[in-house]
Amino acid sequence: MTTGRVHSWDLSTGVDGPGTRFVLFLSGCPLRCLYCANPDTWHLRDGERVTADDVVSRIERYRGFTDLAGGGVTLTGGEPLLQPAFTAEVLRACKERGLHTALDTSGALGARADDALLADTDLVLLDIKSFDADVYRRLTGGPLAPTLSFATRLQRLGVPVWIRYVLVPGWTDDAAAVDGLARFLADLDNVDRVDVLPFHKLGAAKYDALGIPFPLQDSPLPDVALVERVRDQFRARGLRAL
Amino acid sequence: MTATVQPPADTGPADTPWRGFTGEEWQREIDVRSFIQDNYTPYDGGSAFLAGPTDRTLAVWEAVAALFPEERRKGVLDVDTATPSTITSHAPGYIDRDRELIVGLQTDAPLKRAIMPNGGLRMVENGLRAYGFAPDPFVTTVFGTYRKTHNDGVFDAYTPEMLRARKAGIITGLPDAYGRGRIIGDYRRVALYGTSRLIEAKRAERSRLDHIPSAADVIRDREELAEQIRALGELEHMAASYGFDVSRPAATAQEAVQWLYLGFLAAVKEQNGAAMSLGRTSTFLDVYLQRDLDEGRIDESRAQELVDDFVIKLRIVRFLRTPEYDALFSGDPTWVTESIGGIGEDGRPLVTRTSFRFLQTLYNLGPAPEPNLTVLWSRRLPEGFKRFCAQVSIDTSSIQYESDDLLRPRTGDDSAIACCVSAMAVGKQMQFFGARVNLAKALLYAVNGGRDEMTGEQVAPRTAPLTGEYLDHAEVADAYDRMLDWLAATYVDALNVIHYMHDKYAYERIEMALHDHPVHRTMACGIAGLSVAADSLSAIKHARVKVLRDPTGLAVDYEVEGDYPSYGNDDDRADGIAVDLVRSFMAKVRRHPTYRGAEHTQSVLTITSNVVYGKHTGNTPDGRRAGAPFAPGANPMNGRDHRGMAVSALSVAKIPYDQARDGISLTSTITPEGLGHDPAERAGHLVGILDAYTAEGGFHMNVNVLDRATLEDAMEHPENHPELTIRVSGYAVNFVRLTREQQLDVISRTFHGAR
Repeated sequence: MTTGRVHSWDLSTGVDGPGTRFVLFLSGCPLRCLYCANPDTWHLRDGERVTADDVVSRIERYRGFTDLAGGGVTLTGGEPLLQPAFTAEVLRACKERGLHTALDTSGALGARADDALLADTDLVLLDIKSFDADVYRRLTGGPLAPTLSFATRLQRLGVPVWIRYVLVPGWTDDAAAVDGLARFLADLDNVDRVDVLPFHKLGAAKYDALGIPFPLQDSPLPDVALVERVRDQFRARGLRAL
Repeated sequence: MTATVQPPADTGPADTPWRGFTGEEWQREIDVRSFIQDNYTPYDGGSAFLAGPTDRTLAVWEAVAALFPEERRKGVLDVDTATPSTITSHAPGYIDRDRELIVGLQTDAPLKRAIMPNGGLRMVENGLRAYGFAPDPFVTTVFGTYRKTHNDGVFDAYTPEMLRARKAGIITGLPDAYGRGRIIGDYRRVALYGTSRLIEAKRAERSRLDHIPSAADVIRDREELAEQIRALGELEHMAASYGFDVSRPAATAQEAVQWLYLGFLAAVKEQNGAAMSLGRTSTFLDVYLQRDLDEGRIDESRAQELVDDFVIKLRIVRFLRTPEYDALFSGDPTWVTESIGGIGEDGRPLVTRTSFRFLQTLYNLGPAPEPNLTVLWSRRLPEGFKRFCAQVSIDTSSIQYESDDLLRPRTGDDSAIACCVSAMAVGKQMQFFGARVNLAKALLYAVNGGRDEMTGEQVAPRTAPLTGEYLDHAEVADAYDRMLDWLAATYVDALNVIHYMHDKYAYERIEMALHDHPVHRTMACGIAGLSVAADSLSAIKHARVKVLRDPTGLAVDYEVEGDYPSYGNDDDRADGIAVDLVRSFMAKVRRHPTYRGAEHTQSVLTITSNVVYGKHTGNTPDGRRAGAPFAPGANPMNGRDHRGMAVSALSVAKIPYDQARDGISLTSTITPEGLGHDPAERAGHLVGILDAYTAEGGFHMNVNVLDRATLEDAMEHPENHPELTIRVSGYAVNFVRLTREQQLDVISRTFHGAR
C-alpha cells in the first residue's frame, strides 16, 4: 500500500480546474517561489502520512457532489510530482472510477511522471513561473528548462493543459518575456487556456505563523490594466487567456 | 365550498374575466393551485426575451427612491401618529398618480408609516419617541383605557418563570409585543375569484358550524369566520377608494396584479407581522400576462412594467418598529417573500416567463432586499432558468434558494416560503411563529446549575452545578439534557400563551380570510447558537476544557487545551453532535401540547439576531469569547470551516429536514474569484453547486458573491454603496443599513475564495 505525505484537502470551485473539485494538497516542494501562498506545504516531513486508499475513500464521499457540480479531482501541493508513486496511484484509482483528474504542477519534476501517470491525467495545470531563465531561477530557486521540456512532452502525449501564470509586477510583467511565453505556447496544440493569476498576499499570515519573512511583503499588486495587458498579449498569439 | 359560478356572458374583458381559461375544479371550489395547473404556460428558454425598464418605470422608481436618503438619515420618514391602521383607515395614497400602473399605499403618502396598537401600545409609543414623534393622546386613551392589546394579554398570563427566561435572553425574540407574522394570505384568490365569491365561500364555511354545539373552540371559529367576512368587505371598500371593483374577478393582467396587490395591501394595513410574505404569485400572474400578450393587449415591455410597478410597491412596505427590534433584525425588514420556480407534482417545471420577470426587477430597479426573492431549486428546473438565477445571484447577491425537492413531497407544489425558510401550503396552512431559544446559553446554564453566566441570577430551576476543574463530557451531556427538558417545556408553554392572546387581540382577519377553514397550524419553535453548542460539546469531548469560576462559584470562562473537530468540515465527530442536538430538542418540544393542536416544528435560523444572541451570552467552552456573535442560522462558526464552501454546506446538509421542518438556514459568502476566473463560467459553477447541494439534502442557501474589500469600502463610504445588498441568514438587507457590529460580523464571516 502506497502512502503519501499530505498537507490537507478541500473542495474548491473554478480555481483548480473545471467545476467544483476535490483538491488534495501534497506536502513538499523543490521550489521556493518568492510569491508562494502556501509556505506551509514546502516540507515533505510536515505532511500527514496517509494511504492512497484513505484519500480515495474521502474522494468517494464527494463523488456525488463533484459529479453534479461538473468537477473532479485535482492533485496539487506542494509539488505532487515530488511523490510520484503516491500521485500515480491516486490518479489511477480516480480514473478507474471515472472521475475527471487534474494535476497541478510546476513541471520542475516533470521527468518523474511516467507516461502511465500522465495517461491517468485528464488535465495538467502547468504553472510556468517565468519565461526568462534568469528570472525563473531568482524567482523560484530552480531551472526553467525542465518545465519547458515537460510542456513539450505533454503536447507529444496529447494531454490537455491549462497554463497558470502568476503576474507579479517587477517580476513577471516584462512584455518581452510574456510574449516569448505566448509564442512558445502558441506552438503547442494542447493548451486550452492561459489563466493569468494576479499576485495576491493572502498567504502572508502563514509566513507570520511560520516565523519566516514573506519576501514579497512590500511588492505592489498588479492593477487591472496590467492584468488585461498581459492577457491581451496571450490573446494576440491566439491563446484563450482568462 | 360548493357554489357553482356561471361564467359571465362574453361582452368584454370585465364581463368575461375567465375567458380562455380551462379546467373545472377551480371553478367549482376555491382552488388556485388547480387553476395554475390547468392554465399556466411552462417556459424553458433563456432570458433574452426580457425587457429593460421604461422611462415611466424609472420615473416612478426615482420618485420614491429620492425619499430613501432622508428616510435612512431619520430612521423613519414620517408617521401618521393619530390613526390606528385598519384596512380602510387611510385615504388613497400615490407615488405619482399619472404614471403608476399599480396603485395603493399603506397610508396616504409613500414611506409614511402607520401605527398598529392592537399588538401593543407601549411598542407604538416607544417607536414613535425613538424617531422624534409624540404619541397621540387620544390613541393612548383608547388603547390604554378601553381597548386591551395583545401585549397586555400576554403579560397577564405569563408565569414568573417565563418572564425570567425571557429577560435573561435564553428565550428571545418572542412575538409578544409585535405582530407574529409568517402568515401568507392567498392573495391570488382576490384576483381569480373576486371578493363576492370569497365571501360566499366563507359564509358556507361558517354555516357548517351552525349545527355544532357551541363549545369554546367552535365559538372562536365562528367569530373568526365572521371577522374574515367583515375584512373581505373592508378590502372591497378600500379597493373602491382607489376606483376598483374587486368584488368581481380580475379581467386583465393589470387588474390581476392590482387585485392581488390590494389583497396584500389590506394585510399590511392591518398587521405589522414580523414577516409579511407574499406567497407564490409569479406563475399565477403569468397566466394573465400570457393571455393579455396572446390577445395583443400588451407587449413584453408592458408586461415587465406591470411586474416592475408591483415590485416597487413591495419594496416600500414599512412598519413602525422600535430601535430594540432593529438591533435584532436590522435594515427595516418586512420579509415580503416571493417564492419562484419549483417543479409541479406532474413533473412540469413551474417556471414561466413571469418567473424571469420577477428576477429581472433586480436589474431594472437595481438590487434591493425586498421583496425577498426566493427560488425553489431543483435539478430538474430548466437550464435557462437555472443559469439566469445564478447570474442574478452573482450580479446582485439578492436571491436565496430552498430545495424544492424537500418541499414538494411535504407541503406540495403550491408551497411558499414565509419569512426566510418556513414552508407552507399556500392558503391551507399557517404557523404560530415562535422565534427561538439560545442553545449555547442553555449549555452554560447546565454547567452553572441554572444560573445565568452573565448576571449570576437563578433563571432555570436550581440544579447541582458542575464542580470539576475540567468539564467531564458525560456529566455535561446529562446536565445539558435535563436543562433542555426544562427549556423546551417553558418555551412551548410561553408560545401557547402568546398565540392564544394574539388570536384574541390581534387576529389576522384578512390574511386568514384568504385561507381555507379549517387551516393546518404549526407551532414554529426555533433554535439559535447551534454551532457554538456543537463545537463546545466537541471541545469537551475531544479536547480538555478547564473551567474558570468567579468567587461565587459561577463558571465564567473556559480554557480549551488541545484541538477538537469543529462543525462545518464534514467531520462526523462534530457534525454528528449538531445533528443530535437538533433531533433531541425537536423530540423535547414534541412532548408538550400546543395551543389549537398545532403541529410542532422548529427552525435553525437567526437572521441577523445572531449578533444580539452572542452579545448576551458569556464565554463558551468552544473558545468563543463573551459577547462575540454566534454564527447565523445553521452556519458553522465564523472561520472554523476551512475546507471550502461546498464542504461547509455538506456539513449543514446533514441536519435532517424532518427534524427542522420550519427550515435550516445556511448563508454562504464567496468571492467572485472563488467561483471561477471567468465571469462567464461562474454562473455555470454556481448552478453546479446548487444542484449538488440540494441533491445531498441541503435545504436552504443564501448566496453572496462579494469580496471583502467591497464591504470594507461600504463601511467607510456608505454613500457610495446605497444599493449594496447582501443575504444574511434567510433574507436580504441593505449592507449600509446594518449596525456597525452587524457589518463587522458579516465581514468576519468565512469568505470562501480563491487561493
